[in-house]
Amino acid sequence: MNITKNIHEWLFSLMPEATASIVEMVLIAVVYLAIFAVAGLYLVLLERRVAAWFQLRLGPNRVGYQGLLQTMADALKLVSKELTVTIKADKFLYNLAPYFVIVTALMALSLFPFSKEFQAFDINIGIFFLTSISSIGVIGILLAGWSSNNKFALIGAMRSGVQTISYELSVGLSLLTMVLMTGSLQLSQIVEVQKGGWLIVQGHIPAIIAFCIYMIAGTAETNRAPFDLVEAESELGAGFHTEYSGMKFAYFFLAEFINMFIIAAIATTVFFGAYLSPFGITDNIPLLGVFWFLAKTLVLIFLMMWFRWTFPRLRIDQLLVLEWKYLLPLNLLNLVIMALIVLLKLTIHF
Amino acid sequence: MDTTTIKNNFRSEEYQINMGPQHPATHGVLRLLLTIDGEIIKKVEPDLGYIHRSIEKMCERDSYQQIVHLTDRMDYLSSHINNEAVCLTVENALQVEVPERVKVIRTIIAELTRIASHTLWWGVMGMDVGALTTYFYGFRDREMINDIFEETCGARLTMNYNIPGGLMFDIHPNFVKRTKEFIAHFKTKLPEYDLLLTGNVIFQKRMKGIGILSKEDAISFGASGPVGRASGYSCDVRKHHSYSAYDKVNFKEILKTEGDTFARYQVRILEMWESLSIIEQLIDNIPEGDFFAKTNTVIKLPEGEFYEKVETARGELGVYIISTGTKNPYRMKFRSPGFSNLSLLNHIAVGGKIGDLVATMATLDLVIPDIDR
Repeated sequence: MNITKNIHEWLFSLMPEATASIVEMVLIAVVYLAIFAVAGLYLVLLERRVAAWFQLRLGPNRVGYQGLLQTMADALKLVSKELTVTIKADKFLYNLAPYFVIVTALMALSLFPFSKEFQAFDINIGIFFLTSISSIGVIGILLAGWSSNNKFALIGAMRSGVQTISYELSVGLSLLTMVLMTGSLQLSQIVEVQKGGWLIVQGHIPAIIAFCIYMIAGTAETNRAPFDLVEAESELGAGFHTEYSGMKFAYFFLAEFINMFIIAAIATTVFFGAYLSPFGITDNIPLLGVFWFLAKTLVLIFLMMWFRWTFPRLRIDQLLVLEWKYLLPLNLLNLVIMALIVLLKLTIHF
Repeated sequence: MDTTTIKNNFRSEEYQINMGPQHPATHGVLRLLLTIDGEIIKKVEPDLGYIHRSIEKMCERDSYQQIVHLTDRMDYLSSHINNEAVCLTVENALQVEVPERVKVIRTIIAELTRIASHTLWWGVMGMDVGALTTYFYGFRDREMINDIFEETCGARLTMNYNIPGGLMFDIHPNFVKRTKEFIAHFKTKLPEYDLLLTGNVIFQKRMKGIGILSKEDAISFGASGPVGRASGYSCDVRKHHSYSAYDKVNFKEILKTEGDTFARYQVRILEMWESLSIIEQLIDNIPEGDFFAKTNTVIKLPEGEFYEKVETARGELGVYIISTGTKNPYRMKFRSPGFSNLSLLNHIAVGGKIGDLVATMATLDLVIPDIDR
């Protein structure tokens, strides 16, 4: 059962090496773009249905079976809409901004070990690459806010800059806490280590603290409620993407959902053993790895949606106080405790 | 670089931003001209008139029966109470004694209106601080009240149920039953409000200690309703200047002394409990009898000036009529609670952040057509 390897060998036997590599790359890109589109669209639908469930309503259930085609229809509508640019906008940066957001999201997606074979890009600095890629996304938001020539958008962009820079520290440090146990930044290595128990079990108390911090900081980094100050509908209208229309808006919108998927997928990989099944019950069937990976990710995504539809929004100063006065010191302390635990071999193994 | 160069290069500048007339937090066509330094509010200048319909001038044209329906369109969330204010003024000017039945029904519906208004406010308040789910919970409960209204007087929002001298129709046979159902329902749902929003740590951190209004300022700005009472200013017209059936029921005037946004929030939540208790006391004892007192078809007020005030969901609504003895008022003026409550926004919002302004404005519970008229 090694589909990717078979395709690889088949391609290379069919044509010269150079052509085969290019075809393979294109194939991988197409597959990932498809995943990207499907994940984005159906996460939007999931969000709407979950929101409706929390809010005593039904949600979209008319277009297609149970509304399955609703977001397709929405995307079609957005594609057909006019792309407007305000007169005094900086047109080059204005048009560039959405691509920063969407391309970084797509790049991050290529790293995840959906199953043992299903991983496009397994580099030895995996975690580092993921955190650095997700920091580039904020440049897109800053550019969008700056180039729109709109004060509401500018306030939103500035908030985004402040927020992402602060919470990146917590995301990075909480992941670093876990890396102490694996001794490697490579995602496939991190998963290998978890064959003796998921990292959240291996690292027990500090790992759970790291997970909580990661989820808070991760939610903040994706600019979702209760940290949605960047959009802050009741304060700024639509925040940084106030002036965007049509597909350019849809890029921001989809990227938000892809980023949510990425945050949940990182948590799945680092804390919950990626494609490994609980207690190794189905580990001898590699295809089920994809199922376990998605199931774990969806549970975490549901958690983030739960946050969004329950909590009120924080104020900008409270947001920074939470990070710099509580999460960051706790995180550093947690890192030291984890180092001690690893050093004294107090981790739990099965 | 020395410090002066740094200061010159990195100075902060105040800028102005238009919040409204189309803005999600102004709940209508209110325009606020904000002067901001970064995120900090330096000045708030409300700009009114986007939904001005000359209601007071139109009143001079219309007969007294016709005036009533215009008041529906002022504070549309307490339309029944607005109607009642005009009717009370006319009745007092004519010295008509309305039947007891009318008084009790008016009081019950006024309190239902107050609950409906407060549930809507609660939903929208949550939305303003970013908790979008509250909106639907508030509307779920308001819907039941609207259904009761629809059955009784045919309209859900602009009710126009009062006429000078009484009510337009008698209550629907189902009215008592459905109102009791609503009370039983709402008593189980109101604690949910606290579970969902009031007890939330983020919410309390957002609300406490911002938008503080002292008692002195509340009085000098003419604040009324929950805004005044949250600052410890006892201003409930129902208590101090009792009308309709309010002298027959026991209820507490909710007073808080903190004067901040959270106090205003709590006052409204507790007021809903009080309104429930008022309805409970009256619903079983609606007296039998006529639902209107006979008045002339063409109402002519005696010459003079008449003033009557009621407590709407937002505060004190005053109706001032100057009559020259004809069938129209010579001058008519409404003292609307929203206008005076808006006037203190600049006073309490300066120094806060943009998020604070939105939260503060939400607890003032502004209805823009009430301000503009």
